Amino acid sequence: MDIPYIVESRRDTGLTNGKIGIWLFLASEVMLFGALFASYILIRTGAPTWPLGSSILDVPLATVNTIVLISSSVTMVMAWASLMRRRFDTFRLYMGATILFGLVFLTIKYFEYSHHLHIGEYPSTSNFLAIYYTLTGLHMLHVIGGMAVNAYLWGPGAKLWKTNPVWFTNRVENSGLFWHFVDLVWIFLFPTLYLL
Amino acid sequence: MSDHAATSMTGDDHAADIDRHVRVYITVFVALMVLTLVTVAISYLHLSVPLAITVALVVATIKGSLVACYFMHLISEKKLILAVLLLTVAFFGVLMALPVLTHGDGFWIRE
Repeated sequence: MDIPYIVESRRDTGLTNGKIGIWLFLASEVMLFGALFASYILIRTGAPTWPLGSSILDVPLATVNTIVLISSSVTMVMAWASLMRRRFDTFRLYMGATILFGLVFLTIKYFEYSHHLHIGEYPSTSNFLAIYYTLTGLHMLHVIGGMAVNAYLWGPGAKLWKTNPVWFTNRVENSGLFWHFVDLVWIFLFPTLYLL
Repeated sequence: MSDHAATSMTGDDHAADIDRHVRVYITVFVALMVLTLVTVAISYLHLSVPLAITVALVVATIKGSLVACYFMHLISEKKLILAVLLLTVAFFGVLMALPVLTHGDGFWIRE
């Protein structure tokens, strides 16, 4: 049996099921990160002293990572726009760039983590580092998850374009929504952890 | 915008519409880059902690709104999704308020 409303919109909602599904999922993600942000505020306001993020973390590296992630959001939305223009080759180019930007982000994060671990700064070292590893670690898992879906849509999943281009375009749009959310979370993580 | 994929993908009007959106994406991208540099620049001003937090969160909120409105197409999204997000924002607000209410001599919940 075919899954209903993957291409055409439901009359009552005006949306495809995939679109509603991804937004409900993102709503749950807001609460997940929200709970961690609330914990961060609670721990920080309850601590007698709190270090300045920039005194422990590498601000220039994180700034580069912010620029990388924002760039990846633009290439992601351009990948979707390419499909809307029926330019599959351009889609491949932009989607490939999005995946590459994700890889650059992870590589920079790897250097950041290994530096801290090398000098003995573990999650157990302080509350600040515990929060830092938890929030950035969870965010990094989201980057990896988003990259996996994007890689599938760039590679084997792209076969759908030949048989059902509208369905494939919808899939790319939904994957893009998740990717932009990951970017959005980082936009808040960057100043709260690194600069304040 | 949200209906684009579900409707016809041909026609000059449609192509012009997408071209217009692409121009918006590029403008938003430039704005996000500038705001990122502003965020970092402000951190070097060594403002007092409450002021620094306020400014940083205001800039981050502007950046986040740009991403949500234009890259995620919320500016032209269906009412159902906006309703879901409104509910999410309300509960998110409760989550953010919890530390304030429970901290020390909180307004409502005493330790």
